[in-house]
Amino acid sequence: MRREAPQKLTDYAPLAFPAGMLIVFFVVPFATMIAVSFFRRDPAGFYSPDFVFDNYARFLSLFFGKVLGFSLFLAVAVAICCVVIALPFTYLLSRTKRRTQVLWLVALLSVLSLSEVIIGFAWSTLFSRTAGITNLLVMLGIMSEPVALNPSFGAVLTAMVYQALPYAVLVLYPALVRLDPTLTEAARTLGASPLKAFFTVVVPALRNTIVATLIMVFIFALGSYLLPQILGRPQHWTLSVLITDQAIYQSNMPFAAAMAVFLVLVTLGLVALTVYAGRKGEAA
Amino acid sequence: MNTLLQRVYFGLVGLFLALPIIVVAGVSVNAKQDLAFPPKGFSLGWYGEIFANPEWRNALFASITLAALSAALALLIALPLAWFLWRRHAPWANVFQLLGIAPFTLPPVITALGLLTFWATTGFYGQPATAVISHAIFFVTLPLVTLSLGFSSIDRSLVEAAATMGADDRTVFRTVVLPLILPYLISGYAFAFVLSLNEYIVAYMTIGFTMETLPIKIFNALRYGYTPTMASVTILFVAIAAAIFGLVARFGDLPKLLGAMSSRD
Amino acid sequence: MSGLTLQNVTKQFGTFTAVRNVALTVPHGTFVCLLGPSGCGKTTLMRMVAGLDLPTEGEIRLDGKDITNVPTHKRDLGMVFQSLALFPHLTVGENIAYSLRIRGAGKDEQKKRVDELLSMIHLSGYADRPVAKLSGGQRQRVAIARALAISPKLFLLDEPLSALDAKLREAMQVELRQLQQRLGITTIVVTHDQREAMTMADTVVVMNGGEIRQAAPPVDIYRRPADTFVADFIGMTNLLDCKADGAGATVLGASIPGLVVPNGLASGIVSVRPEDVHLTAPGNAPITGTVIFIRDLGGTIETFVEAAGKQIVAVSVPNARPDVAVGQSVGIALDPADCVVLKS
Repeated sequence: MRREAPQKLTDYAPLAFPAGMLIVFFVVPFATMIAVSFFRRDPAGFYSPDFVFDNYARFLSLFFGKVLGFSLFLAVAVAICCVVIALPFTYLLSRTKRRTQVLWLVALLSVLSLSEVIIGFAWSTLFSRTAGITNLLVMLGIMSEPVALNPSFGAVLTAMVYQALPYAVLVLYPALVRLDPTLTEAARTLGASPLKAFFTVVVPALRNTIVATLIMVFIFALGSYLLPQILGRPQHWTLSVLITDQAIYQSNMPFAAAMAVFLVLVTLGLVALTVYAGRKGEAA
Repeated sequence: MNTLLQRVYFGLVGLFLALPIIVVAGVSVNAKQDLAFPPKGFSLGWYGEIFANPEWRNALFASITLAALSAALALLIALPLAWFLWRRHAPWANVFQLLGIAPFTLPPVITALGLLTFWATTGFYGQPATAVISHAIFFVTLPLVTLSLGFSSIDRSLVEAAATMGADDRTVFRTVVLPLILPYLISGYAFAFVLSLNEYIVAYMTIGFTMETLPIKIFNALRYGYTPTMASVTILFVAIAAAIFGLVARFGDLPKLLGAMSSRD
Repeated sequence: MSGLTLQNVTKQFGTFTAVRNVALTVPHGTFVCLLGPSGCGKTTLMRMVAGLDLPTEGEIRLDGKDITNVPTHKRDLGMVFQSLALFPHLTVGENIAYSLRIRGAGKDEQKKRVDELLSMIHLSGYADRPVAKLSGGQRQRVAIARALAISPKLFLLDEPLSALDAKLREAMQVELRQLQQRLGITTIVVTHDQREAMTMADTVVVMNGGEIRQAAPPVDIYRRPADTFVADFIGMTNLLDCKADGAGATVLGASIPGLVVPNGLASGIVSVRPEDVHLTAPGNAPITGTVIFIRDLGGTIETFVEAAGKQIVAVSVPNARPDVAVGQSVGIALDPADCVVLKS
C-alpha cells in the first residue's frame, strides 16, 4: 500500500488513544512537575502555587554542585566501563552459532529481571568482609586477610555496570549481528590480525551505535537511585537519591521538582552536545 | 578470533553475570531466618514461604497483576501508534514516538516524580489504577521499539500483493500484518511484563504507601526485616523470566526479535 | 470486451517525471511486454495500472470503465511481484486460496480451486507445504497460481523471471506464453530482457525516459525500429550516418542507390542488422573495408570490419562463413530493402 498522508479524518483514528494517553499521562505530569518546581514550599509540608525561583537558587550552591558533578562523573564511568565490556562480548556473540546466541540472550534477558534492590544486596554480600569475594581469595591463598570492599566507589561502579550490562548488550546486538561479516574478512586478507580488524573496521563502522549506547547507559546510570545508597557512602549519593529524599522524606516537592528539571536539562544538553560533536566529527 | 581467548572472555563475563545470582540462590536456602552466605544449613522452606506468608503472597499477587495489566495497556498504546507511523506518511506524528520513548530513557526518578505530582494534584494519589497507568506509560517504550522493528521488517510488497488480490486496509491488517507482527507483540509484552515485575521506584512513588509490590516489599525487608524469602522470591522471578524468554526463543526467532535479520541457518 | 486503455498518463515524483504522456491500448486477451532499461518508467506504469501509484495526469480505462482512481483492491486483477511476495506465514495452498478466502468462499470451493491451480502449475500435492521449503522455480509458479486464482480480468507481472537462473528462465518464458494463450487472459509483463519480450509478447512496448518509443509486434520492432534507441536496444545492429544523394543515400563513403531518406531530410542514420551485411570480394561491392576481428561463437560467426573510419559487424552461420582473415580487404554489400533509415 502506498504510504500516503492521512486523507480522511478517520485515518487519524488509530492515533487517538496513544496520543491521548501519552499527552494526559506523560506530557501533563511532566508539565505539572515543571510548574511545581516554581511553587513556594509551605513549611507545613505541602506547597502553594506560586512562581518563585527559590528552589532553583537553592541548589546552585556548592553542595549540590558537588553532587551533580559526582553524578555526572559516575554516569560517565559506568557508561565507559559498560560499553568496553559489552562491545567485544556482543561482537563475539554475534559471530557464534545460533544456538549459543539464543542461550546467552535468554540468560541476559533473565538477568534483566533482577531488581535493583537485589543487585544491591547481592553485591553488598559479595563485597563484604565475612561472606564475599575476598574470603574466596583468602581461601585460594591470593590474599592474606579478608577485607570489606564496600561501601566504596568501586562497589557502586561494579554494581551499576552489572545492572546496565544486559541493556548495553541488547542495544548493541542488532547492529553487530547485521554487520557484514565480509568486512572483517576483507581486512584480514589485507593483513590485519583479528584484533586489528576489530579496532580498525568494526568499531569505526559502528561508531553511531556505540555513541548511542554510551548515551543510553549514561542516562540509565544517571537515574540510579538504590545502588548508590546500598553500596556507597553519602559522598557517593547521586542526584536521583537527593531528589527522592527531598520529595518523600523532606516533603519538599518544589525543590525536588526543581532538581529533577535541572537533571533533565543537563541530560538533554549533554546528549545534544555529544550528537553535535559527533556530526561535526563526521563532516570534518 | 582466538577460540581460547574467546572462551575465557565469555567465561569471565558469564561468571560476572552469574555471581549475584549464585549469592542470592545461596541465601535463599538458609535453614534459619538468616541472610548468611555461604548458607547455614539447607532448606527450601523459603520458597514455600512466598505462598504461605500472606504478606509475601499479597505482594506477589499485586506484582503479577500490576505487570499483566500494565504490559497489556502499554501494548494497547504502542500498537496503534506504531501501525500509524508505518502505514501513513505523517512526519509530525513522530513527536508521539518521541513521547513514547521519553519515559523510559529519562532517569526513572524523573518519570516517577512527574507522575507523583500529577496524581497528587488530581487527587487520585494512592489508588491502584494509578500504578497500572504509570507503569504502562513508563514501559510503553518497550513494545513501541519491538513493534517498530517488527513493522519495519514487513516486506511492503506483501501488503501490495494482498491489495491486488482484493484485500482492503482492514483485511490486510487482519490477514497479513497481524500474523507477521504477532511475535513482536508477544516479545514486547514479555519485556514490559518482566520489567514491571521488578520495577521499584515508579511503583513506590505512586502506590508505595497503600500497597506493596514485591520489589517494594523486598526493599522494606532489606531495611527492616531480614528474611531469606526475598532471596527465594528473586530466584523465582529469575526462573519465571528465563521460562518466559525461553518459550519465546523456543517458538519464535529470538535473534530476529532482538534485531537480527532473518536467520540463515 | 475492449481491454485496457491508457490516455495521456503522466507520473511525477516531485520534479522528476517518471512517466510522460503515455497512450497505450491493450486489446482483450493479448500479451503485452513493457520493455526498456532500468529507470525507463515501465514499472511505474504497471504500478499505476495496478493502482499502487496514482497518475499525476491522465486516464486509465478497463473495458470502457474509468478505473484511474479506483483503489487497488477493487480492481479485478492478479499481480506477480518481482520479489514474488509470497506470504511467509501461510502454506502454498493458503497463499493460493487467499483471494478466495477474503471474498468469503467456502472451504470446499477453496480446496477445489487450489487443487485445480496446483495441477495447472504441476505442483499437485504441495498444498500443505510451507512456502520457505520451495525452490525458486516452484515459488515462481505458486505466485502465478495465486494471482490467477479468481480468474482476474488483468494479469500483471513485474520482472517475474529475473530471480531465476538462465535455463529455467528460458523454460518459464515459453510456459508463461502457453499459459496465457490457454487462458486467453489480458497480460502485461514488465521486463528489461529483450529475448523475454520477443518470446512472449503479441506487442512489445519499448520505453525509454518515461516515454513509449515504439509499440508493435516483435518482428516489426526488430525489422522496422522506429528510432535509433529501439534499433540499438533490440538485438544487434549497425548504426551508420547517411546523407541523401541523387540516387539514394551515401553510407560509409559509398552511394547506395534506392536507399531512401524519409521525410525529405538531407541526412539520417541507417540501421542495418548484422545478418543483412553481406561480405564479398573487395571491388564487388560499393563499400570497401578491412577485417579487424573475427568472433567465432560456434553457432554464429561475427566479423568486425572497419570501413571509412567506422566499425561494422556482419553475422553469418557456419555454412556461410566468409572466407576472410584479419587484415584482409573485403567488400560490403547492403540491400536497401534490409536497411531502415532513421532520424538522427
